[in-house]
Amino acid sequence: MISGDETAVIAVDGAEKSFGAVRALDGVSFSVRPHECVGLVGHNGAGKSTLVNLITGGLAPDSGSVLVSGMAEGEKFSIAGARAHGVRCVFQELSLCPNLTVEENTRITHPALKGLGWRRRARALIAGKLDAIFPGHGIDCTRMIGDLSIAERQMVEIATAFSESDTRVRLVILDEPTSSLDAGLAAQLLGYVRKFVSEGGAVVIISHILGEILSTADRVVVMKDGRVVSERRAAEFTVETLVGAMGSVVRARDARAPSAAAGEIVLTRKAPAGSGGIDFVARRGELVGLAGLGGHGQTRMLVGLFNAGGGDWVSPKDPRIAFVAGDRHVDGNLPLWSILRNMTISLLPDLTRRGLVDTRAEAEIAARWRERIEVRTKDMANPILSLSGGNQQKVLFARALATRAPVVLMDDPMRGVDIGTKQEVYAMLREEAAKGRTFVWYSTEMDEICQCDRVYVFREGRIVAELAGAEVSEERILSASFAEAAA
Amino acid sequence: MNALRMVFSKPWIWAFIAAGGVFFVTVMFTGGASTIGLGQAALTFASFSVIVGLGQMFVITLGPGNVDLSIPATMTLAATLALKVMESQNGMIFVGLLVALGVGLGVGIANYALIKALRIPPIIATLSSSFIIQSTAIWSNRGLRIRPPQWMADLTTQSLFGVPNVALIALGITLVIFVLLEKSLYGRWVSAIGQNMRAARMAGVPVDGVRFATYVLCAVLASLAGFLLASFSGGAALNMGTEYLLTSIAVVVIGGTAVAGGFANVPGIWGASLFLFLVVSMLNTYGASAGVRMLLTGVIIIGVIIAASRRRVA
Amino acid sequence: MRGFLSADRIRMLVPAASLTVLLIAVFWLQPRAMSYTGLNLLFNLAVPIALATIAQMLIMMVNDLDLSIGTFVSFVACVTATFLQTDPVIGVLILAGCIGVYAGMGVIIHLRNLPSIVVTLGMSFVWGGLAVLILPSPGGTAPDWVRWLMTSRPPLVPMAIVASVLIAVVGHLIVMRSSFGVVLRGVGGNERSVARAGWSIVRARAAAYALAGLFAVLAGICLVGLTTSADANIATRYTLLAIAGVILGGGEFTGGRVSPIGAVIGALTLTLAGSFLSFLRISPDWQIGAQGAILILVLALRLLLNRREQAEQAK
Repeated sequence: MISGDETAVIAVDGAEKSFGAVRALDGVSFSVRPHECVGLVGHNGAGKSTLVNLITGGLAPDSGSVLVSGMAEGEKFSIAGARAHGVRCVFQELSLCPNLTVEENTRITHPALKGLGWRRRARALIAGKLDAIFPGHGIDCTRMIGDLSIAERQMVEIATAFSESDTRVRLVILDEPTSSLDAGLAAQLLGYVRKFVSEGGAVVIISHILGEILSTADRVVVMKDGRVVSERRAAEFTVETLVGAMGSVVRARDARAPSAAAGEIVLTRKAPAGSGGIDFVARRGELVGLAGLGGHGQTRMLVGLFNAGGGDWVSPKDPRIAFVAGDRHVDGNLPLWSILRNMTISLLPDLTRRGLVDTRAEAEIAARWRERIEVRTKDMANPILSLSGGNQQKVLFARALATRAPVVLMDDPMRGVDIGTKQEVYAMLREEAAKGRTFVWYSTEMDEICQCDRVYVFREGRIVAELAGAEVSEERILSASFAEAAA
Repeated sequence: MNALRMVFSKPWIWAFIAAGGVFFVTVMFTGGASTIGLGQAALTFASFSVIVGLGQMFVITLGPGNVDLSIPATMTLAATLALKVMESQNGMIFVGLLVALGVGLGVGIANYALIKALRIPPIIATLSSSFIIQSTAIWSNRGLRIRPPQWMADLTTQSLFGVPNVALIALGITLVIFVLLEKSLYGRWVSAIGQNMRAARMAGVPVDGVRFATYVLCAVLASLAGFLLASFSGGAALNMGTEYLLTSIAVVVIGGTAVAGGFANVPGIWGASLFLFLVVSMLNTYGASAGVRMLLTGVIIIGVIIAASRRRVA
Repeated sequence: MRGFLSADRIRMLVPAASLTVLLIAVFWLQPRAMSYTGLNLLFNLAVPIALATIAQMLIMMVNDLDLSIGTFVSFVACVTATFLQTDPVIGVLILAGCIGVYAGMGVIIHLRNLPSIVVTLGMSFVWGGLAVLILPSPGGTAPDWVRWLMTSRPPLVPMAIVASVLIAVVGHLIVMRSSFGVVLRGVGGNERSVARAGWSIVRARAAAYALAGLFAVLAGICLVGLTTSADANIATRYTLLAIAGVILGGGEFTGGRVSPIGAVIGALTLTLAGSFLSFLRISPDWQIGAQGAILILVLALRLLLNRREQAEQAK
């Protein structure tokens, strides 16, 4: 077993994973050997994060297998197990404790650091790693994480993943590691990745900056719709062919002239001065799409637009903006309530006479919408959580559409909704838009974005491209979402 | 049969069953001699807990971290100032009532101003304001020996057809609160905020306005309870509100309102208030000491909350 | 410049500054307080409050809140003035059992996902009831060694100051310096990532509660040493004082941001506020109110400084 070069550090074989109706992974085989850096690319929903979760032990596949070399026969694979076998991951979300200092966080991740002088040893460990990866970083390891800048936090996070005490680090997964680093720091990191790989380590790197992938990775794996669609040596790809591989066969878009109704401007948001972004504008009767990779500032802008509408203290007489939540557990569902009450909450002010809710009118409206969007339930009095995810999402749709608000913001609301329903919703949106309603629609799915009259593409928190009418195509969106090199 | 099952599925029924059981056991001991007296006493003393409990219920329903710790201080201050204004004159009762309610209004506004302006959790905001209110009450109460106006004293100590007037007042308030909670737009909004504040905001609920109104409502109910309690007990005492800090939270929890917010229960407040009073009188009847009474109250609160958590898991 | 006024420093600076200002004001109003005896009188009662504040801080460190600290300290005081004096073995056993109950509370709150406020609220009735059972009316006697400890007169610096410094240092070592304290604070800061690194959150929470129980027990013992006798309501106001002390000392309700040194300073500030007012000849009626006002003032000040810091960081 000494010649580890032949054995893959991790081998995923024929893995399948579904979440409800959505097939996140559809028979994926993927392996990483020592001395190798693998680039993993794909657009939203391609299955990258599900695959990463499989490798780090956060999820178990429905079928197929995940094998880490050195794992005993029949050992149950888990997060702790993955760590014990030297698999580390730098997540996009912050996984450090903001109230602890850099060295104290090192202590949390390395239980072996204890006893007298632990602080000194922790500092030596993390500072050594920081020095090795980011020479001249200037981070004081006695400072609290919460006081560090975002770039500094990310550097600490990366250094923590590469640091080792009792177990050897064999595989590090870097999920968008350079998203908050400037070009100089990113170059330092990528240089270190090469060094780590040349010393026998293995790295999986996920990035929207394709130049990074091509220059750092030995091999590139392209995913789409839960499958590996292309896998070649990095040298055989160019940025263009990579973008091409991520897209599907270009479908002819239904020729749709921008709505004739598109009239006066109903919503604007200026790009922050000096950011180099494009200003946002939405007109009456328009379907405006927000595209780009997930987490690049789309949701933040929607929430900003909504909050700018006011209504914190008094419910406005004429509601201006309605919101359809995407992450329904965080900002959509009212989990203790029935389907009916969840559906009507936004339009209650219209159903209130002298402070009391007219429950009969409420039930009538709810019944109408139930029919219109076909919520599959026996009784609208059933709890909202008794519905399937897709049906819960439909209820949230009805909640917004039933109001009189002329503008509807949608925060990627169709995740986990079956294709039939989607078509119905698309038709409904068209119909409403024709009546003069404006929709601002953030979506991670290409066919939804292609429904829009006009599309803004987001990258790194700002709008980098505006596409209208016939310009809206998968290819244009993909090439705007992925940067050739760090900005 | 179905109706029976429906009744038993209501979370408030248990508080009433427990209260009834305790009542029965107590009356058994005295051979039925004290039935009416015990019933009247229970209704009277439960009324005060009910009035403050209803306010606290709305606050707790707003979600985790929402609780009003200034209730006792507000009760004391409202009672003290009202008695001072009335100077035992029957003609001044209405003015006194207005003063008491005004105190509640002011406290509620101050509480939410602190929560909002200093961006601090409600528990610490109401805690710090309660310190100041308590001091104001002590200062204005010094050497106070003012008796309530005779009419007020009569009103709060007498009964109508055997039912104590205080209980009738509390019942009236309960009905209003019940309608507010179950039928009104405001009640819906409170419940929505308690389930998921962010979701409520994104659904267009005016979160700040509703929370503000709730803290005001709670303080006003507390001041009203203080006013009635002082009239009932013949004067305002500095420690008159003390026991209501814990009681107001306890009746809400035992009454079946969700501690995590989002679901409130009005009838349960009555059941729990009666139950808490009756447990004390039962233990009294059986000769238990004050220590045992408190001990059992604590054990009951913890038992109820653990039982409730088990229900949620299942 | 940016590193100088970090949020952490502000948290430490504000309480220390408020205590200093208050102390100067007291000395200015009453120069005689600037003596061995004067200082001892000023800060004597702060010792048990400081211990109770540390206990509350330990609970807040794991994002919970203890509404029973006051009644628990009263109960411990009653045990100290009775059992610990007459049958030391039984007394010690009872107090050790209490610490076990605290650990158990932590376990139940965690496993059942219960709100700590309600559980500790219930416990406050339990402790209160037990205290009344032990001492139905004020009485009891402080054990001699406790009395001796609390009234001893070390050279140069009065006992109250020595004890406060000692509490702050021990608290700091356990919570801020030890590798064990780091894990406990981590639970408050980001429970998920601590669990992901392989730590048991139940055990951590139980440990935090047990430690809090220990400090609260010490608070009760010290209190009896000062007052020589106990009653069942002797420390009920400690619940609110302890919360206020933690906040004054720069602690926060959530996120595991606490400071033991700050908590002790907060307790001293609250105690001093009372003396300050009496020196101002403001009636004692306003003592509690002043504590509230100081609390609000400090919170406002902190908000202001935090905002400036954020603006600075955004530049």
